[in-house]
Amino acid sequence: MAIAAITAAAFSVPAQAQTEIQWWHSMTAVNGEWVNDLAKEFNASQKDYKIMPTFKGTYDESMTAAVAAFRAGNAPHILQVFEVGTATMMASKGAVVPVGKVMTDAGYKFDPKVYIPAVAGYYTSPAGQMLSFPFNSSTTVFYYNKDAFKAAGLDTEKAPATWAEVALAAAKLKASGHKCPISLSWQGWTQLESFSAWHNVEFASKQNGLAGLDARMKVNTPLHIRHIENLANMAKQGLFVYKGRGNVPEASFVSGECAMMTTSSGFYGNVKKNAKFAFGLAPLPYYQDVPGAPQNTVIGGASLWVMAGKKAEEYKGIAKFFDFLSKPEVQSASHKRTGYLPITTAAYQLTEKSGFYKENPGTDVAVTQMVRKVTDKSRGIRLGNYVQIRAIEDEELEQVWAGKKTAKEALDAIVKRGNEQLERFEKANK
Amino acid sequence: MATEKRVVFKSAWLPWVLLAPQVAVIAIFFFWPAAQALLQSVQQSDAFGTSVQFVGLENFRNLWNDESYLESFKTTAVFSSLVAVLGLSLSLTLAIFADRVVRGSGLYRTFLIWPYAVAPAVAGVLWLFMFAPSIGIVSYGIRQLGMAWDPLLNSNHAMALIVMAAVWKQISYNFLFFLAGLQSIPKSLIEAAAMDGARPWRRFWTIQFPLLSPTTFFLLVINIVYAFFDTFAIVDAATKGGPGKDTAILVYKVYFDGFKAMDLGGSAAQSVVLMVIVVALTVVQFRFVEKKVNY
Repeated sequence: MAIAAITAAAFSVPAQAQTEIQWWHSMTAVNGEWVNDLAKEFNASQKDYKIMPTFKGTYDESMTAAVAAFRAGNAPHILQVFEVGTATMMASKGAVVPVGKVMTDAGYKFDPKVYIPAVAGYYTSPAGQMLSFPFNSSTTVFYYNKDAFKAAGLDTEKAPATWAEVALAAAKLKASGHKCPISLSWQGWTQLESFSAWHNVEFASKQNGLAGLDARMKVNTPLHIRHIENLANMAKQGLFVYKGRGNVPEASFVSGECAMMTTSSGFYGNVKKNAKFAFGLAPLPYYQDVPGAPQNTVIGGASLWVMAGKKAEEYKGIAKFFDFLSKPEVQSASHKRTGYLPITTAAYQLTEKSGFYKENPGTDVAVTQMVRKVTDKSRGIRLGNYVQIRAIEDEELEQVWAGKKTAKEALDAIVKRGNEQLERFEKANK
Repeated sequence: MATEKRVVFKSAWLPWVLLAPQVAVIAIFFFWPAAQALLQSVQQSDAFGTSVQFVGLENFRNLWNDESYLESFKTTAVFSSLVAVLGLSLSLTLAIFADRVVRGSGLYRTFLIWPYAVAPAVAGVLWLFMFAPSIGIVSYGIRQLGMAWDPLLNSNHAMALIVMAAVWKQISYNFLFFLAGLQSIPKSLIEAAAMDGARPWRRFWTIQFPLLSPTTFFLLVINIVYAFFDTFAIVDAATKGGPGKDTAILVYKVYFDGFKAMDLGGSAAQSVVLMVIVVALTVVQFRFVEKKVNY
């Protein structure tokens, strides 16, 4: 016992003047272990720096905590921020250091081209500088319950590819006694944001906000109205059942209650572990007659931001850590472990070469959906006050599902109320 | 005629020194934050506060132009009156029964006080689980009775859900005060009334209830303040303000805009509005309701 204590003490004595780097994140459970393992691996690989990951609550909680800490002069070095907070972080010019600058200052060659275009584009400023480090990116995909498909007499190996096919499949599922043929998680993200990119139409002007703060909402086009009307009709017939905001509906897929679902690719691990039925992954459904569809989907997930006001030595450590994270082997291992996207093309190729996608069918859907050529309308959505705009999307869509508003009324309201938020953000961040 | 008791301090500074700790506490925990809220409500800034600009009353103007915000006043009025009325009447009923119990009263009281130890967010989640349309045990029961329970899309159901959670959370507090109030009423009064032939119902309305009025009044103020300020966690956990905006009470929007969406100016303006409302309500209560209270 005593000997164990002494050896433990001897080993825990830090090798002379290690620079500690605080990393605040929002990863729980399996993903939390992943983050800790990454830090451990990096710390073991060299002696000068020590990455200290700290769980700070959900994405919005850790962002609030970081804001409070920054104002008190105590911000962490690295902060994990969800995609919805990207515009806020970018506008806070004095608070963050662009990751491109951190890397080149520390003497690393930094080439944004190694990243998957849809990922890099999202975190790059209009001037072409990469502002944050892509970490855990996800995208929207389609899940279906193969057992339920079989019971309804549907082809289990062929997921519905268009929304017309989804409606047909839903009707068959309902006829076979299924109470919830389809439900949608993250309805704003999957049915408006991803839907727009997937059909190569604008969600907002100014390249969906990537090209400037003066972007305005554009989700009340005939195509958007048609889609929401279509879903409202399905809701009326009991084909689409609303199960709540955010990722709340996911539980109804895992339990087998709902047979089809659109949600994040990061949901894969949960289904694989907990579902007691055979399931399939497929690309998001689309409308066949829309030119350019299907295009590519937009990213979700989070990236790592470097906070301002730290010592030069600490920035060197951050750069070294990011360099470590960029290694294809590290990336590929993370991708396989979590279901998040490989963020570099090299990591994707490495994973493919290892035969992972063949052994785990469906895991490549998210990647192939993302690596297509992106257009100005599909690079991603980056708007100010976006947390509020997402809430507005939820509020208005719920009115449609409840039969209180028509699709057009609700989408017009999203545009109007969303634009008010955008104008305010523009004014506050001139 | 009783002689007037008044302590006279000989020195001029001693009373101030004795008051100082209390004044300091109020200044640090009330006036300073309130002043900060006032200041922020006339500013717009980015989340980290690196660029702050004075915008005058623009934050308030934005609120005024936001139809859904105006709608939220109605929601808040409905919600807080339901919480106050239901909370007070239920806990008074419970207190009356607990007061009459002779054996095992300690056990009843402990059980009734328990919910107060639960955090509002936990209370919200608890009720959410029981009443969730697909997995809730209670909603299963309701469906068996033939009712289509759906708090996700039916606003009345959603409102019922958060009212139940908020009332349940506050019942213990009200219960404690009512029970203490009931027990401080001299037994001899009630016994005398009983001997005169007054039935329990009449004894309650003519003796106990009037004597409880200071407690009831105090609890009314506390419950309204609770419904206005303390319930955002319940709303966040149970309905997120939905369906639509039908359960988005004022304080929920303050919380959401400030702590989730990082819109500090807008959130501060809303808390100033909320502060004014509660001050006004309290004034009304003390001016008009208090006249009916016998101390």
